[in-house]
Parts: sequence; C-alpha cells; structure tokens
Amino acid sequence: MDDIANIIAEAEGQLAAAGTLAALDALRVRYLGKKGVLTAQLKQLGSLPPEQRPAAGQAINQAKRTVQSAIEARREALQQAELETALERERVDVTLPGRGQDTGGPHPVTRTLERIETIFAKAGFDIAEGPEIEDDYHNFEALNIPAHHPARAMHDTFYFDEHTVLRTHTSPVQIRVMEKQKPPLRVIAPGRVYRCDSDLTHSPMFHQVEGLMVDEAVSFADLKGILDAFLHSFFEADFRTRFRPSYFPFTEPSAEVDIQCVMCGGKGCRVCSHTGWLEILGCGMVHPNVFDYVGIDNERYTGFAFGMGVERLAMLRYGVNDLRLFFENDLRFLRQFR
Amino acid sequence: MKLSEQWLREWVDPPVSTDELAERLTTAGLEVAGVEPVAGPQAGIVVGEVLSVAPHPNADKLRVCKVHVGQEQPLDIVCGAPNVREGMRAPTALVGAELAGGMKIKKAKLRGVESFGMLCSGEELGIEESSEGLLALPQDAPVGEAIGDVLNLDDVSIDLDLTPNRGDCLGIAGIAREVGVIYRCPVNPPDMPAMEPAVADEFPVEITAPADCPRYVGRVIRNVDPSAPTPLWMQERLRRSGLRSISAIVDVTNYLLLELGQPMHAFDLEKLAGGIQVRRATQGEGIALLDGTELTLDADSLVIADGNGPVALAGIMGGLSTAVSEQTRHIFLESAHFTPTAISGRARRYGLATDSSHRFERGVDFALQRRAMERATALLLDIIGGEPGPVIDVSSEEHLPQRQAIGLRPERIKRVLGMSVAPETVTEVMTRSGASVVEEGDRWEVTPPSFRFDLVIEADLIEEIARIVGYDNVPSVAPRANLEVRTATESRVELFRMRHLLMDRGYHEAITYSFVDPGQQAKIDPDEQPVRLSNPISADMAVMRTTLWTGLLKALAYNQNRQQGRVRLFESGLRFRRRDGATHQTPTLAGVVAGSPYPEQWGSPQRPLDFHDVKADVEALLGLSGDPDQFTFVPSRHPALHPGQAATVQRGDRQVGSLGALHPSLLKELDLTGPVYLFELDAELAAAGRVPKFEALSRFPAIRRDIAIIVDEGVTAQAVRECIGQASSDVLKKLELFDVYQGEGIDSGKKSLALGLILQAASRTLTDTEVDALVDTVVKALGRQLGADLRG
Repeated sequence: MDDIANIIAEAEGQLAAAGTLAALDALRVRYLGKKGVLTAQLKQLGSLPPEQRPAAGQAINQAKRTVQSAIEARREALQQAELETALERERVDVTLPGRGQDTGGPHPVTRTLERIETIFAKAGFDIAEGPEIEDDYHNFEALNIPAHHPARAMHDTFYFDEHTVLRTHTSPVQIRVMEKQKPPLRVIAPGRVYRCDSDLTHSPMFHQVEGLMVDEAVSFADLKGILDAFLHSFFEADFRTRFRPSYFPFTEPSAEVDIQCVMCGGKGCRVCSHTGWLEILGCGMVHPNVFDYVGIDNERYTGFAFGMGVERLAMLRYGVNDLRLFFENDLRFLRQFR
Repeated sequence: MKLSEQWLREWVDPPVSTDELAERLTTAGLEVAGVEPVAGPQAGIVVGEVLSVAPHPNADKLRVCKVHVGQEQPLDIVCGAPNVREGMRAPTALVGAELAGGMKIKKAKLRGVESFGMLCSGEELGIEESSEGLLALPQDAPVGEAIGDVLNLDDVSIDLDLTPNRGDCLGIAGIAREVGVIYRCPVNPPDMPAMEPAVADEFPVEITAPADCPRYVGRVIRNVDPSAPTPLWMQERLRRSGLRSISAIVDVTNYLLLELGQPMHAFDLEKLAGGIQVRRATQGEGIALLDGTELTLDADSLVIADGNGPVALAGIMGGLSTAVSEQTRHIFLESAHFTPTAISGRARRYGLATDSSHRFERGVDFALQRRAMERATALLLDIIGGEPGPVIDVSSEEHLPQRQAIGLRPERIKRVLGMSVAPETVTEVMTRSGASVVEEGDRWEVTPPSFRFDLVIEADLIEEIARIVGYDNVPSVAPRANLEVRTATESRVELFRMRHLLMDRGYHEAITYSFVDPGQQAKIDPDEQPVRLSNPISADMAVMRTTLWTGLLKALAYNQNRQQGRVRLFESGLRFRRRDGATHQTPTLAGVVAGSPYPEQWGSPQRPLDFHDVKADVEALLGLSGDPDQFTFVPSRHPALHPGQAATVQRGDRQVGSLGALHPSLLKELDLTGPVYLFELDAELAAAGRVPKFEALSRFPAIRRDIAIIVDEGVTAQAVRECIGQASSDVLKKLELFDVYQGEGIDSGKKSLALGLILQAASRTLTDTEVDALVDTVVKALGRQLGADLRG
C-alpha cells in the first residue's frame, strides 16, 4: 500500500510542476490511462490474496479519484492562467485618445446671443426678427427720428439709396412687431446691425439685442427691475447698476445703464477707463410718438424698450480684448468657445 | 462741450467737489467724458522780472539773464528764448520745480555758465500746445507770485458728452442753470446792461425767409481797433473750452457762443454792399467760406446775403469776402435765431460741422439774441473800443418757436415711472428749470422756457422730473404680466437645432461680414447681381453677399494661411439676392469643409475628403425634418462647383440648396488648398419638418435578400432606388445600398451595385414564395427600366 501513497505523492508533485494543458494531459495518461500507473496497479490486484483484494481495490480507486481531482484542479488553474494571459494580451492603453469626429462649437457672439435669449425666454419673452436691409421708415422715421434729425448723424448709416439702408440698430424690429401684434407684447429681437464706422473699437457690422415690453401698466421701475435681473443673471454675479438719463428719440424717459466694472469690481481699471463703471445698454419708455406711428393707444398702454451690444457683452463675459477677433473666424479663437 | 470749472463756478457755485459735481452731472444726463487739469504742475513756478539780459560768453543763441523772483537776490538764469528782453515778466521755474513735459529744474551749468532756474513758455506750463518763446505776462503781474494764482490755473476742463436733445446746455449759462436745478442753488449771471448807442448808424436788414430766420438782431460798431489783443483771461477761457484764440473780434463772438450758447458773426461793414438779406439760396449760387471752402449751394440752404450775393451760410459759417481782418475799421455784428429744421442736415451735406451749426441744429434760445448782442458789445468795447450803433432787431413773432402749455398729471407720472412724486417736488423742478407752472384742478399746465426745445409732451416733463429726482431713486421691481402661453410649433426645425447639429459634427460657427468684395464674389457667384452699397466703408466691402460662400471661403483662406489644415466652418445668416426687382433677404445655412474627413488619429488611416463625407452632414441636417426622403440630390452645374461633383438639393420642384466640390480652377484662383467642399441651404425650406406619426411595430420577422446588379456607370443610385420603390410593395421596409464596385470582373463603363432589401409585413410572416416573387419583380423592373443585369 505504500506504493499507492508514493504514487499519489509522486503524481501530485508532477501535477504541480505541469505548466501546460498538454503536460497535464500527458500526466493524466501516465496515471489514469489504459496503460497508466494506477491502471497497472488495478491489473495487479489479481496477484493479491483474495481477502486483500477489496481493500486494495478500494485504495486504488480512491487514489484514482484523488489524482483525477488533482488533475481537474490543475486544469482549472492552468485554464484560468491561460485566460488571464490571453486577456492580458488584449490589454489596451486606456489613455490613448478616442477615435471619430471631433466636435465644433458656436461663435462666441451666438453663444452670447443664445444665453441672452435663454434668460429672457425664462421671463416669457418671444424672439422676433426683421430684415437687415431696412427702409428709412422703420429704421428712422417710425422711431421718431425724422430726416435731418441730429440723431441721424450719430448713426453713420450705410445707404443703398435715399430710402433704403442697412439697419443701424435692431430697434426697427420693435416697429415691425407692433405693426403686426397687439399688446401685451414681450419680445426680444437679436441680430446684425451696421454702422459706417471702423476702428479698433468699432466694427462696421456688429450685433444687438432689442427688447420690448408693452402692457397696460409697464413702468420705468419695471424696466429697471428686468434689466437689473438680466444683468445679474447674465454675468452670474452681484454688482451695482446705474441708470442715468440719456437720449434716444424713440424712448422718453431714456436711460443709459452702467454696471460696476466686472473686471475690477468697480475699483477702476483699463477696461472701465478707470471710472469703475461700464456702459452696457440703452433703454427707456416707448415714446408716445412711436406708439402713434404703430397705432397703439398711448393712454391705455405703456411700454419699455432696451437695446444692448452683443460683442461688448461677449467681450466682458469671456475676457476677449480685441473686437476684430470676432470677425476673423480664426479657428484658434473659435475653438475656445466650444 | 468743454468748459472751465472756474468759469462755471462764477455763475453757480454748489458746495461740492469737482468729482462730486462731475458724478452728479453724469447721473443727471450730462455725461462727463473727462476732467483734465488746465495746465501742468505749477509748484515752484513764479512770476519773474527780467532785470538784465547779457550775451552768453560761449554760445550765440543763449543769453544770461538776471531775474528777480521776489527773493533778496536776483537769480542768474541762462535762457535761449528769442523773445527774452529786459523788463519783461515771464513765468520762472525755480530749482526743484517740474514742468509740463516732466522736466525737473536743477541747478545746471549751461556751456560753462551756471543757471538757477528757467524762464518758461506757455508750452512748458502746459497751457499751449507749442510755443515760439517765453510766455509774456502782463507788466502788472506781481513778481514772486505763484504762476497758478496769476493765471488762475487751479482749474479743470470738464468735457461733457451732451445728447442731441440738450442744445440748451451748449453754453456755460445752460449748464449753470442745470447745476442750479440739481443743487437748488442760485445762478448768478454777469450783468448784461443795454449799451447806449454812440452813433446813429443802422444797417438795413430784410428777412425774406422768416420761417427759417424769425429773428435777426444786428448792430454796427464803428471805429474799432482790430489790432487790440485778446486779454489773457479770455484767451484762457477759450482755450479751456477747446477753442483757439484768433483775433479779438472773433474771440468775443466765440466767447458768447461758449457763454450764452448764442453763435454770433461779425462782418466787416465796409465789405458789405447794400443791406443784409436773409433768404434761401438760389440753386447753383456760390460762396467762398471763411475756411476757404468753395460751395455751390442748393436751393434749400439759408444764406445771409448782401447786394452782391451770399456773405454767409446762415448758422453754419461766414463768408470769406466779408470777413473781419486786421484792416477792419467798422463791423456789423449778427446775433440771429435760425430755425433748427432750416439748418439741420445742411452742414453735414456740405461736409461741414461747426460749433454754430451744432447749436442751431439743436435749437438756440429764441429769446437770447438781444441779450447776447448787448453782452458782445460790452466785451468788444472793452477790448477793441469803438462806437456802437443802435440795436437792429427784425423779428417775426408769428414764426418764432411756440411754447405750448403741456398738461402734466400726477397719476401719469406714477404710471410711467412706477412711483409717485410729491407735488411740491414736481412744481419745484419745473419752476427751477425755467418753466411756468399753473395748477389746473388735478393737473398742472406747464409752459416750457424758450431755451428748451426738448420739452414738448407730457412724457418729456416726466423724464425731466425723473432726471432731477434721480433715476437711482426710482425703484427696481419685477414686472407683473399676464401669463400667456404661446403655441409651440413642432413641425419646424429650429435654426438652433440645425446649428448645433453641425457643431456636434465637427463644425465651428463663423460670422463673416454681410458685405463683401464684389470681385471675389463675382468669381464665386457670377450669375447673381449683388445689391450695392452707395457708401461702402471700403472697396472690398461694397456689395451684399449673394451667397455665404464668399465670406466662408475668405475665412477658410485665413485659416489655411495660419497652418489650419483641417477646417470645418458653417455660418447662418441672410443672403441678399435680386429677384423680380426686389431684394430677397433669405435666411441661409452654409458650410465649407477642407482637410481630412476626420481629425488625424491613431489606428485609422487618413483618407482624402470626398463629396459623400460632406453630403452626410447635409443629409443629417435634412434628416432633422423627420422626413428625409422628400429631399433629393440632383446632379447640376454651379459656376463655383466642380461640374462632376455638384448637386442641387430639391424638395419637390423647389431648390433648397447646393452642395459640391469647389471648382479646381477657382480653388487655384482663390489660392486655397483643396479639395474644398461647400454646401448652402435655404434655412426656411430646410426647416419644414413634420410631427412624428407612430406606426405599429410588426410582430413578424423581417427578411433580408441581397442582390447585386450590374448597370451602366451613368445610372444613379437615385434611379435604382426609385425603380425598386415603384416595383415593390409596402413590404419593402428598407433598401440598403452596401457596395458600389467597378474594376476587375466588371466591364468598363459598367458598375456593380449590391443592395439589401429588407422586407416585412405587418400582419404575417412573409413566405419564401412571396419574397422570391417580389425580388424577381424588382430584378425584372431593374432590367427593363435601367438595363440592369443580375451579377452572376
């Protein structure tokens, strides 16, 4: 019986050393095969005295099971190891970049416009649009700027002919909206505008957003409220605003709105010309003459209008320091607003 | 409008600092654009008297002076100024002083002679832009006294950015009035007594255009001394207000312009023939103006004429032939009121902008002319002497501006401003502003003063009240509004969505100018006649774009010139095309693509961009409609595009846009690296979409049959698709074209197309027999209609 124990010990030793499934199979044949060691032991049972045979047979079968399960265990281990090796071979460099199309992005001016639109949409303002080649009537006259009005000189207008211009502001959209719709009105009108002026701080084409609210009890206090809220929302910051009297022929009272400089917090810097204030938009209560032009009853309705320059807001929001960059369309610039 | 603070404070002196005053003016609507000191530093600069002037031993141009500066001993000062002379008094910078240019005065040796200070010019004090020599001070300037005190240099120039409605503030008097209202303090104008005539001379004045000139005040002054210098104080006030001193007569008229806001003009009386006539010009009449400009006048221009023709462009500029000069002995002085509408626009049309036209266009107080005449006379007599004649006043009362009473209601104030204003505040603001106020029951009747042209309706008065009370004192509240819910249209694709789809497919958004170079555009879009600006800012921005490609190709070139090999740009905006005599402004979405279809990346070989890469982007855009099948791509020609790689996008018989490769010759001409692909869509036509409509899902399996056919290479995929569509029934759910092959095994001139037909019925499983029959029908139809053979 010592033989059996020796055989098991020897088999276990060899199994542990088997490094491949093929070597393992060879061991299986060697111990359990038809001509295997343990099979040979069984064959020798006949040479034993009959009373010893059952016990010896049992021992050999037990040994076969032991070796069998040791082989299985080893096989599992080897398979596991092989799988791991195979998986290891499939390892990828997760830090390599992904493949496919990259993504582009909006122009900073439209990004700003979308932001302005989103904020006013939350307050229930609709979006209106109008033509860029505009007639004299909508661009000037109906806005209470008759021919020869000094305010026309402030506009540096591009002309096609005596009565056709490139709109100098988005305000004509106010007129077009009021011609078509009756109050209550809450609209903003974003778009391109044009002035015959070009230098470091002026582009012959730029963008404005016009706003208009007309209802039965709209007041200057409401105008202040909505613009305060807008400006704080746009810049996601708290700062002081300043409304000061100004002049636009189509509003009365008129105001210019300054905000505390968002660059220096009002302490004074190059951006605010050391005043601590930034002029940010113009606004006012719709002039009664304008209501007359579009047939809205002055006694029943009041309204406010405002207009802001989009490039200026974009420059302040994103820290762009050169107006010309907006129209060069340099990809190195555009990519920064993805 | 620029003004001296000292001058203003002579009229009105609120107990506040310069900074506070500037801030308050700004918040009252008179925006202060700048506050500048009127001179450089003055410490250590005093009045010096030149006691002696001796030649410099080593230099021809230098002198050695003894200068008395009020100290025990006179100072030795080396001076190079040509006008230095014994007995003169001049500003003297002592050792330690700093000059306007930043130079510090030290004890110095100049060519071997010690100098203990410096005699100064106006430039060195910072009161002249450039000087010829020393600033000669009056002989009575007290020696040793600080120069700042002698010249009143402790002053600032306040630069006001006035809005066009405030013509009344284009003078010290008006600003003083405004400050008086703001600070509720008294305004003290100088005395302006009527000057007694010393001679009886009058001069005939006739107004034939009384609506344009309802008041003309004139006066003859005889025997003046035109060579008398303008006193330094007046020169300084003019300078601090941004005007140069010219001659005493002109300076006095300019002084009045600055002080009272009344533009005046002085004629050389001896050069006037006959009398003054105020009239409209006759078309084509000419005049030579003071600045040398020769004009041919339009008939709507107002002129001052004498017997020989126009002698001044009324309210804008005087004429050269009757100008005062050093030889002038007698003058005729004009102080008129011209109606704003008679002046406005004229100066600009002639390319002129004068201080006078600036004021008349905005409105000059029509009650001011006589007062201004008396004030000017008094100043002139002081400076150039002479004998004034009586004041000639030709007025047409009926043509003078009218000041109607305006009703002002407390409840309207509250409604417009969103706050109530105390009645006594209302009356005080109105009264101090110069208006007359009468209470009429529950409202006021307010009659504005003659100098306010901007107070016409109730809203103007409400602004006036808010302005003086302070916009900061109006509350800021959230508006209340009716919550109306508007219809949201689902069957239109928002431009926002289209733009963002392109961005997500790798495009960056560009914004290019709407006006472009006509030459460049003619190369790209030669068949369109662009709309032309009559006053373009430059020749390369002279016409409106007929296609967005013009700007996009320019942006492409810009980027290719900056090492950007891979460019995907799009733009949305209007294009402008002439159709049937009208300009159509069409919202358009366009793109330009160059460089590899995908960014350079590992594990994926680069290949050149082709038509179908870009077509996929266009298809994705059109797919947003939810109904891409309604769009077709039709081979076409476009002057800018490669003739074999160009398509129009059709929706039924309407053209939605174009797509294709930039024509190789244009590529070369525009100096671009290709291939370059372009697309442009009418954003409105592309935006029409549909609301999705649910179709029941079939519970039965789909069957796929693949066929390969050989057709002439000219047969389009679209033709194959249409043929199959017509030949099959509604069980054909999808048709995949998964291979196009030309080459070995296929006759030249032919191509092989591999197609997958996906078939499915809604209510049953299709049998093999049915499927075979359908495929057979399709193959036969392809054979019959397109000459297709099944590939063996």
